[in-house]
Amino acid sequence: MSRPVFAEERCKGCMLCASVCPQKILAISSRYNPQGYLVAEVSGDKPCTACASCALICPDCAISIVRSRKEGK
Amino acid sequence: MNATPSLPGLVEGEELIFSPPRSLTPVPTHYCPGCHHGVAHRLVAELLDEMGLQEKTALISSIGCSVFSYNYFEVDALEAPHGRAPAVATGLKRARPDCFVFTYQGDGDLASIGLAEIMHAANRGDKISIVFVNNTVYGMTGGQMAPTTLLGQKTTTTPMGRISEDCGYPMRMAEIISGLDGTVYSARGALNDAKNIRQAKKMIRRAFEAQSTNSGLGFVELLAGCPTNWHMDALSSNKRIGTELIPVFPLGVFKDNGFAESGKGGGK
Repeated sequence: MSRPVFAEERCKGCMLCASVCPQKILAISSRYNPQGYLVAEVSGDKPCTACASCALICPDCAISIVRSRKEGK
Repeated sequence: MNATPSLPGLVEGEELIFSPPRSLTPVPTHYCPGCHHGVAHRLVAELLDEMGLQEKTALISSIGCSVFSYNYFEVDALEAPHGRAPAVATGLKRARPDCFVFTYQGDGDLASIGLAEIMHAANRGDKISIVFVNNTVYGMTGGQMAPTTLLGQKTTTTPMGRISEDCGYPMRMAEIISGLDGTVYSARGALNDAKNIRQAKKMIRRAFEAQSTNSGLGFVELLAGCPTNWHMDALSSNKRIGTELIPVFPLGVFKDNGFAESGKGGGK
């Protein structure tokens, strides 16, 4: 399944990723990372389209994008 | 040459389509949440990867929030005194013409303290590349007015807002540098949304190509947000770039001498 993968130790919870997500599936979590920031996470049931907008706008390079190949490709 | 990037937990039928560039050190940065230095770092590192320059690159880092950029790029680096990065880069490039030399400077460093150095480096046409991050304020020292501060913008040294009678006007560096004959490329991009980030990456590529094709000085200005010293959150600071900065600092390419494109991995 396509999904963003967060490097939580780099995330600073600025939530720019959530502002550009077309599926609106990114939200702030209740977990703190070692730097003391609340980190972003995937929440919501819509599928990730692997558009990578969140990774493009993330100032901390905290997001990697995994895309699932379609059947027959 | 490049190993295929991988990620733990990747299963059959899945591929990694976006991951941190190899030229970026995998450590958390000291920048504030929403600061665009991180985006600028990533774009530069991606281009060093794509153009195959990492092994021969020397970064000249500056003074300001970007002072620790040598911790974040996996390249050799020199730390220059305040504003003197273009002078240090000139020396290094002339001594080692095989190196790819770029400076990474903020607006306090380049447009104020180091104005003489950048002007003369551009006028001499030294074959170096300049990445200039303009967030209209001195970040590290606590939010003082910079030459690029907008009229009316409140900073710690202009608590009532910048007024032209006392402090002059915001300085448009990309246009100024484009007016010098030694410059072969000068452009201004912004880092506030996905479209502008993609466009900014193309501009940085051209500024790097100016050097890799031995043409002259390549200069790129990037409009960036400083949520801490603008006293707003990351989202509002991105909006401010679109509504307040871009009307004063228009985006675009101000000079391109039409030198050849180069670099491995091409793909615009």
